[in-house]
Amino acid sequence: MQILKLIYKNAFRHRLRTFLTIAGISIAILSFGLLRTVISAWYVGVEASAANRLVTRNSISIIFPLPLSYQEKIRQIDGVKTVSYGNWFGGVYIDEKNFFANFAVEPESYLELYPEYVLPPAQKTAFLRDRKAFMAGRKLAERYKWKLGDTIILKGTIFPGDWDFVLSAIYKGRDKNIDESQFIFHWDYLNESIKKTAPRRADQVGFYMVGIKNPIYAAEVSNAIDRTFKNSLAETITETEKAFQLGFISMSEAIVIAIQMVSFVVIIIIMAVVANTMAMTARERFGEYAVLKTLGFGGPYIIGLIFGESLLITSIGCILGIVLTFPAAHAFGSVMSQFFPVFNVSVKTIYLEIVSSVIVGITAAIIPSYRAVNIRIADGLRRIG
Amino acid sequence: MKIPLSYSFRNLWTRRLTTILTASGIALVVFVFASILMLSEGLKKALVDTGSYDNAVIIRKASDSEVQSGVERIQASILETQPEVAIGPNGIGLLAKELVVLISLPKRGTDKPSNVVIRGISESSLTLRPQVKLVAGRLPRQGSSEILAGQSIAKRFRGGGLGETIRFGMRDWTVAGIFDAGNTGFSSEIWGDVDQLMRAFRRPVYSSVIFKLRDSSEFEKFKLRIESDPRLTLEVMRETDYYAKQSEMMAKFIRILGMSLTMIFSLGAIIGAMITMYSAVANRTAEIGTMRVLGFRSRDILAAFIVESLLLSFTGGCAGLFFSSLMQFLTISTMNFQTFSELAFNFTLTFEIIYKSLSFSLIMGFVGGVLPAARASRMNIVEALRAN
Repeated sequence: MQILKLIYKNAFRHRLRTFLTIAGISIAILSFGLLRTVISAWYVGVEASAANRLVTRNSISIIFPLPLSYQEKIRQIDGVKTVSYGNWFGGVYIDEKNFFANFAVEPESYLELYPEYVLPPAQKTAFLRDRKAFMAGRKLAERYKWKLGDTIILKGTIFPGDWDFVLSAIYKGRDKNIDESQFIFHWDYLNESIKKTAPRRADQVGFYMVGIKNPIYAAEVSNAIDRTFKNSLAETITETEKAFQLGFISMSEAIVIAIQMVSFVVIIIIMAVVANTMAMTARERFGEYAVLKTLGFGGPYIIGLIFGESLLITSIGCILGIVLTFPAAHAFGSVMSQFFPVFNVSVKTIYLEIVSSVIVGITAAIIPSYRAVNIRIADGLRRIG
Repeated sequence: MKIPLSYSFRNLWTRRLTTILTASGIALVVFVFASILMLSEGLKKALVDTGSYDNAVIIRKASDSEVQSGVERIQASILETQPEVAIGPNGIGLLAKELVVLISLPKRGTDKPSNVVIRGISESSLTLRPQVKLVAGRLPRQGSSEILAGQSIAKRFRGGGLGETIRFGMRDWTVAGIFDAGNTGFSSEIWGDVDQLMRAFRRPVYSSVIFKLRDSSEFEKFKLRIESDPRLTLEVMRETDYYAKQSEMMAKFIRILGMSLTMIFSLGAIIGAMITMYSAVANRTAEIGTMRVLGFRSRDILAAFIVESLLLSFTGGCAGLFFSSLMQFLTISTMNFQTFSELAFNFTLTFEIIYKSLSFSLIMGFVGGVLPAARASRMNIVEALRAN
């Protein structure tokens, strides 16, 4: 147990240097954690998707609609349980800076497909009954301080005009990774208004959400749907909700890769800082190592001393960094809530933080230990400073 | 009397391992800092330089982008007869009625689909965009299923090369030519005859009308008149403003992420420099005492240590900048959140970025070195001499 005491004393011999190194590590671990959380926030839609939901859209691209008449045809396909549909509305609340997702959907089947949106029964009935009603996520309602019964006006970008809605339900996410910042309203409201202003665009939907009986047959059902509409004016592509979300992410893959790379760069930066500290420490103590060797302590003991000191410093920094990750993620998440509706630190991120700090601690100790072990006793004793 | 520069330089040289480690920490920070600046510069180039100041873009009111917009044929015809439209050499107005839609195309190699902008062009479209140049093949014949592909499309999307075909809208389209539009957003587009594309996509309306102003200063007057015309529910923008708006969200994202990253990273590097400089001071206590006895004043010592720290960080800064300049060979392609379409842009290095990165590295060196240097300069001579 003497060695532990020695490691501890050694680590805090240069208070200022150790303190600075620890601060550096905790900052690095903190930013590593934040970057990892940004990446996982990117994939949150994928995690939240269910295996028994399929998305059918126009094969040309997402901006082309599908006729409403496809609904019944999809329902007839074997294995299909529920069919819901909707449109990306793309409305703007007061100013373009206030971005949130807003959809027009067929509400009853949509809520049936998404049991993870939890809303009180009274609010649910109110929402289903009123065609001008909309439901908002808890976070969204909090962000703009909306209360039940408030009238909200969105400016349509795809469907021109000012649209007014009444907030009649606020949903909560069943799980932590559910996006609680969406704005969902009746597709009928949209369609009936378009019928008056632009009849050509009426009775068309942006996407179908298809609930299937057994997730095992997802591929077969998808193929059956696409086959039904092959060679029609509006051909379809059907894929699982997960694949659909992944498709969106793969388009912005370059950014994810860049963030991933940067998160490794910060670890390398801190590796250089810690390695420097350890190199300086070891250089100053070559005389002591020589004394230890003279007294009969072997190489492994000296290696243990250096590695122990390096790991002690990095683990203190790591713990501090992990503790700081939570408030920092909270602050960062609220600034970036427009880009990342869900911003939670995952358990995996914390494991990665621990692993990287251990790697930093070990790498930093390699060169100094090698030098300390190989130095000849006479040289070590002669060396000054 | 000043302490010579070589003193600081030699001190760094003596402790090479420490110097290299500290400088590489700073180099990495400068690398990240410069790369982010280069990225935003490249994005700015790709989107802002896409437009010309003298061109006006007209889209449906509140529609934000050409993809969401719709301009009725009759509205487009009204615009065509406006006096502000510049007249081209052949006596026809320099005005293009265009269609802009997104199609999903598989990439070469990976087969992953990505959204690509496809633009239906009129005769004047090319004249309106002098930055677009045909580099291979020929222009598509009017009324045929032929298209022009941007260079970035030809390189990265399946069927985008010269002579190849792409299938959409129940037709096969042959790539008749490749155009180069430099680093602008047009390089990630496909162009074809507007009337053919409208038929293929069954779109009875145009997406936008673009024209060159007869006199650039007439813009405000024209905008006011068009936007208050009850027959037209349209919005008029300068082309440069239009493209700047398209990149707003992406630019903001890169800015916030980039700035918070460099802030945090630079703290790490400053701490690294501080550790090095403190130990440099501690190791040389006796030396500093000797210099004081020899007659160097405390502010000379202060200057010498700050210079040493600056030299250290400047070395790191140059190294970081060198590696980030290699990033220029990289092309980033990603989805613009606002338009849902594929956008390719390069890291672009400018003199401003070089100057900013190097001053940033010097600032880091200064902040890291000033406290240790102050400690060195304030040492008591007698005590310093007694050390070691």
